Amino acid sequence: MPSSASDPATPGPAPDLAVVGAGPAGLAAAVNAAGLGLRVVLLDAGERPGGQYYRHPAPGLGADRPEALHHGWSAFAEREAALRAHRAAGRITYLPAHHVWTVVPDGPAWTLHAVAGPDEAAATLHARAVLLATGSYERQLPFPGWTLPGVVGAGGAQAMLKSGLVLPGRRVVVAGSGPLLLAVAGSLAAAGARVPAVVEAAAYGGYAGHVPALLRNPGKLAEAATYGSALLHRHIRLLTRHAVTEAHGADRVEAVTVARLDRDWRPVPGTARRIPCDALAVGHGLVPQLELATGLGCATRRSADGTAALALDAGQRTSVPGIWSAGETGGIGGAQLALLEGEIAAHAIAGRPVPAALARRRARLRAFADAMGAAHRPGTGWTEWLRDDTDACRCEEVPAGRIREAVADLGARDARTVKLLTRAGMGWCQGRMCGPAVAALAGEDPAPDRRPLSCPVPLRHLAELPPADG
Amino acid sequence: MSQTPRTLVGGAPSATYVLRFDGRELTAQAGQSIAAVLWGAGILAWRTTRERGAPRGAFCGIGSCYDCLVTVNGRPNQRACLVPARPGDTVTTQEGTGHAELGV
Repeated sequence: MPSSASDPATPGPAPDLAVVGAGPAGLAAAVNAAGLGLRVVLLDAGERPGGQYYRHPAPGLGADRPEALHHGWSAFAEREAALRAHRAAGRITYLPAHHVWTVVPDGPAWTLHAVAGPDEAAATLHARAVLLATGSYERQLPFPGWTLPGVVGAGGAQAMLKSGLVLPGRRVVVAGSGPLLLAVAGSLAAAGARVPAVVEAAAYGGYAGHVPALLRNPGKLAEAATYGSALLHRHIRLLTRHAVTEAHGADRVEAVTVARLDRDWRPVPGTARRIPCDALAVGHGLVPQLELATGLGCATRRSADGTAALALDAGQRTSVPGIWSAGETGGIGGAQLALLEGEIAAHAIAGRPVPAALARRRARLRAFADAMGAAHRPGTGWTEWLRDDTDACRCEEVPAGRIREAVADLGARDARTVKLLTRAGMGWCQGRMCGPAVAALAGEDPAPDRRPLSCPVPLRHLAELPPADG
Repeated sequence: MSQTPRTLVGGAPSATYVLRFDGRELTAQAGQSIAAVLWGAGILAWRTTRERGAPRGAFCGIGSCYDCLVTVNGRPNQRACLVPARPGDTVTTQEGTGHAELGV
């Protein structure tokens, strides 16, 4: 296997399976596939397995109880122990700090290119099958003041707390939409922050239309009740059908404006009030991270939450033979579902039938995820909290007014044309932060991620690539 | 309430060391990212934008947004939320592209 000197992969025949991502889905897939006799390479951008959900402090931070910041830690601990056992037995090669930037066909197999380690070395490896478990990132809807220091992603605040044991402030408003907000508020408060309010744009009444899916998932309801009682216990107010429509401050956040929303998420005039705070943790759900899959031509579908996700069959196969996927890439559904889908994919890749019990559990959890996604899907009226001078694109500092002008005066009808006319989505993050907002302003549903490179790649890596076969 | 992230998870770092941020000495705990060290010191902004010179810091916390770009030991455009802090690191606020000294 041709690989760089820094790549610890052992030479020899191509492994049966390369798993991209060591979060719940990828980790479960890797250990189950190894358990079924496959030779597996597990590549992950992070330094430690677990992905964003099971993100935890580095050993040097010496945390005795990392599980205090987690829900369902034992599910991770079991798989992490299995990973260690499979590595020791030579069945899994685990490559942390490997950011896979492209996957290309290579005869009957696949070639994966990665940027590895702090010195950004090139790493190349081959595998007969690939499972993409690349997870998701947070959906952000802009509002005036969202670029102020102290405004951070809700998942971002959670990630920094879980890995670095730090908080963005002492008094932190949590806002946006989706079940993640309750978990974030709970852990920020447990770690010592004051959380004056959780501001949820959706109405939990939105679940009412999905009673069967709710009743078939008592575990999920119990989880919600746990989060709810944690908020009560800590005297955190939950304001539903409200949004933070502005963050105030000179060099950092000092307060936020919270307004009531109508059914379409339009701020109701006369309902605005200020809440003092020194940080705001905000996010509106999650977006599947698909660029490796769409680069390979995998088909997508529209999820109940409005995001694009991969179209997958009962064995977690994408539309491209030899490419599988599991977890959030197939639609946002949470860690339990991701673990389950990783296990299902491992069976299918090993050529085994998928156990019926697993298939039933997946159907149940997917139905719950759809109900949740529909309830929290952003209403069309949210764009009314954008002023013309509000930056929609953080990287290129493109205000909403310029995007509106591109749409109204210059005839842009989609995010791609807006990007060409305004540079929105053309900066460092490649539209990950502004994509949903730009699409909404252009009057379309967000398109699936399409980026030729999934992370910055040193030019020397591109220059050293062998010529393609056509 | 005196609860902190540390009291929640217990234990103690295997080492603490000093790094410098814009000439100021900050204490880092082994295993923290540069962004975590800065947040720990109450610092939320460590770069300015290219167009308007607006202050920015960590936003997504997972390496997706690139808002936390910073200059570490003279090397600009490092994602502070991903780069582990190391003893003796010199971190400086990154102005604009971070390449002003190149005159491009």
